[in-house]
Amino acid sequence: MADSNLLSIEDLAVHFPIGGGMFSKPQMLRAVDGVNLSIKPGESLGLVGESGCGKSTLALSILGLVDPTRGRVMLDGKAVGSEADRLEVARTVQMVFQDPYASLNPRQTVRRTLAAPLRLHGVSNEGEVADRVAEMLRQVGLRPDQADLYPHEFSGGQRQRIGIARALILKPKLVICDEPVSALDVSIRAQIINLLLELQAEMGLSYLMISHDLGVVEHMSDRVAVMYLGRIVETGGWREIFEQPRHPYTRALIAAIPDPLTRGLAREKARGEIPSPLNPPPGCTFNPRCPHATDHCRSAPPVLSPVDEGHLVSCWRAEEFAKEPA
Amino acid sequence: MKLRANLAIGGGLTLLSLFVGVFGPWLAHTHPIMDANLMNAELPPSGEFWFGTDQQGRDIFSRVMYGAQISLTVGIGSQLINTAIGTTLGVTAGYWGGWWDDFVNGLTNLMLAIPSLIFALAIMAILGPGLTSLMIALGLTNWSYTCRISRAQALAIKSQGYVQAARVLGYGDMRIMFTQILPNTLGPIIVIATLGMGGSILAEAALSFLGLGVRPPSPSWGSMLSDARETITTAPWLSLFPGLAIFLTVLGLNLLGDGLRDVLDPQSRSRR
Amino acid sequence: MSINMPLLQVENLHLSLTTDAGSFPAVEGVSFEIARGETVGLVGESGCGKSITALSIMGLLRHPLGLSGGTIKLTGQEIQALPASELRALRGKRIAMIFQEPMTALNPLKPVGRQIAEMFVLHQGASWNEAEKKAVDALTQVKVPAPARRAKDYPHQLSGGMRQRVMIAIALACEPDLLIADEPTTALDVTVQAEIVDLMKELCAARGTAILMISHDLGLVTDICKRVCVMYAGRIVEQQDSEQIFNNPQHPYTQGLVASLPRLGMRALHGRRKLTEIAGVVPGITAYPGGCRFNPRCNRATEICKQVVPELEPLGDGSLVRCHHHG
Repeated sequence: MADSNLLSIEDLAVHFPIGGGMFSKPQMLRAVDGVNLSIKPGESLGLVGESGCGKSTLALSILGLVDPTRGRVMLDGKAVGSEADRLEVARTVQMVFQDPYASLNPRQTVRRTLAAPLRLHGVSNEGEVADRVAEMLRQVGLRPDQADLYPHEFSGGQRQRIGIARALILKPKLVICDEPVSALDVSIRAQIINLLLELQAEMGLSYLMISHDLGVVEHMSDRVAVMYLGRIVETGGWREIFEQPRHPYTRALIAAIPDPLTRGLAREKARGEIPSPLNPPPGCTFNPRCPHATDHCRSAPPVLSPVDEGHLVSCWRAEEFAKEPA
Repeated sequence: MKLRANLAIGGGLTLLSLFVGVFGPWLAHTHPIMDANLMNAELPPSGEFWFGTDQQGRDIFSRVMYGAQISLTVGIGSQLINTAIGTTLGVTAGYWGGWWDDFVNGLTNLMLAIPSLIFALAIMAILGPGLTSLMIALGLTNWSYTCRISRAQALAIKSQGYVQAARVLGYGDMRIMFTQILPNTLGPIIVIATLGMGGSILAEAALSFLGLGVRPPSPSWGSMLSDARETITTAPWLSLFPGLAIFLTVLGLNLLGDGLRDVLDPQSRSRR
Repeated sequence: MSINMPLLQVENLHLSLTTDAGSFPAVEGVSFEIARGETVGLVGESGCGKSITALSIMGLLRHPLGLSGGTIKLTGQEIQALPASELRALRGKRIAMIFQEPMTALNPLKPVGRQIAEMFVLHQGASWNEAEKKAVDALTQVKVPAPARRAKDYPHQLSGGMRQRVMIAIALACEPDLLIADEPTTALDVTVQAEIVDLMKELCAARGTAILMISHDLGLVTDICKRVCVMYAGRIVEQQDSEQIFNNPQHPYTQGLVASLPRLGMRALHGRRKLTEIAGVVPGITAYPGGCRFNPRCNRATEICKQVVPELEPLGDGSLVRCHHHG
């Protein structure tokens, strides 16, 4: 059967050796450990998780910058990795970075930042390069005459617009947005979120929206995946995830939001700290922090299984949580 | 305000040295080698011979003017070699890491452990004296600081978002190093090269003094000092004026280097 | 001293930033009060002056920032002019502070237990032996597991959340009257943040410690505090009950902020609406506009807003707003 997905990730695992010297064996960091995900053309998938959950490594493997230890990443029907054509991958998937200050080269004008990738990817007609740069700047809400300015001459929000322009200049199909607004001033965030949604509609983009801010994820995503210690623990449509969360971790994330609006959605918070991915707990990796953990949870790892149409949960007690309010 | 003074005085002195280096032959009254006249030997400074004359009656002013060319050629030439070696090793080591980084680090430590003048002496002994050998010897022995600094810079810059973005856009390693990393390391490297140029001029003087540098009768400042050592009590102007030339040039380069450091420091540029 | 006297009174506080280009008003005419045991929040974006207001209360302003006017009273006593030695005695004992990044606030070369114990030795004259025992108790109270063992750990051996617990233990060691918390959970993961916030609320309520919470996160501040002061470009533009700030904001800036946030649950309630944008950018301190500082970004601005600085006006229900066209 032909794959209708733009991105499909099959049983992806990325392990890194950490430490280890002449006399000691390195430890294995299981940054990503058996992840299945897919994104359709034009769809946005929200990826939620905290530090050490493996979302950055997952992004790197989609971009072909990290090779899988196991499993594969298929982008537009072709496998991504060190074997793949780097330029072709670059024209298919791009990224918007979190920090608009560190993500622009301080010694390059905006024009250079946007034109160099075009030339690298074979646009040799200088008139066409200039036109595409000007058009791109207009699309992200900047003026073409600002092209010859340096990054420090822009505000944080404008710099993020430049970052978005750089990601879109090659007309990719998938854009990974890594916390695209969390480094911005609160009063600027709405501008960038609206811009990303407009551009998605205009250019038919797919997004992988990585964020810890559930409000942003709900607003921007069609489907949501929740990641914890290298694995997806719950995935489904945005409505299922945020209105009927089944996994105690998803519920804890919602309960952690200090907003009067979400007080009714979930109450049970997680206990303690996120364990090191170098030494994950046995059984369900969430068990030490889970208010509902049983002995079974402490010994046997649950598998991601469907509880509803398109709604998958990796929890031994997911059935019990179906009716219960969170 | 003090910073600007550094830049102004250093820049002024350096420009003066460069001017003398380029136009020295026109400024000189006499030919530095041919116009020996033993009748005029060791005359003190006067209206005719501004800086006096040496043992062979040559005009010291003219020789200092000609000597600027040699000193600056050695300074600039050796620093070009140093900077090329240092940044190439440093940036690649910082960017690639791994065994290459370990290797470059080891090499840098080795270079720092050997006194560079002794090392240069050894190279000169192999290559033989002469201007080109001098540049090569000094160019091969003083790149460790450039290497250290550019490695540290490359390490810091490679984790910046814009380098990640370049990788995502499909840039190869070489292109990333040239377009993203190198331009952002240039500030400190220019400072080191400027300061190093002063060091090279001093080293040239030292090597020439030891008889391994520029061969007499070529008028390098160092060899002039070397020739003057026997007469330092009887005719001090023989050593005073080449010494002063070295002093002012090196001082100018050091002040310029300090001034540039303040101007090129990214901290002093506004972020927003 | 009257029993009703507020714990902290900040009156007409002016802080200035001095640069080569001159002196700029970083904070202008900030006034607020905190009663004993009360929780008050200062909310605003980066550069609005909230953090330096806190530092000035601690007496920790350093050049190029300086106090250029106003008074800070702790139970009626003016503290802004106290000599350094007396200020030091106040800090830690009566006013304590926790910061965003506990790693930089803790001494990396001392075990954390020792750093907590120092507070008892310094401010209560306890012996080291006694103080170390109290330090373990303090760690127990901030719910650090295995406190006796953790007391011997160095800061780098602890996770971010554990370090912030240690900071809280240090801050509350001498039972201060006021705890100033400057973005205490911004560097932490959300689930850990929730725990730290609950811990702070619980410990301060039990001891009657007042909290001055400083954050850019409106939700977080309303969660902890009873009352919120919203700051914009160096001035307080609105003071409201926490309950009211989301439902009934008065200042156009606060209204814009609330409407621009993508809050979880909104999409389910109202569908996906385009977020309300606040036009323009936050002005830099050297380029504050005249009149109301929000006027270039405000959709209600008129001529008067460009000319006249609005007063902080009481609205009857205890809230205050600085706007010519509020409501």
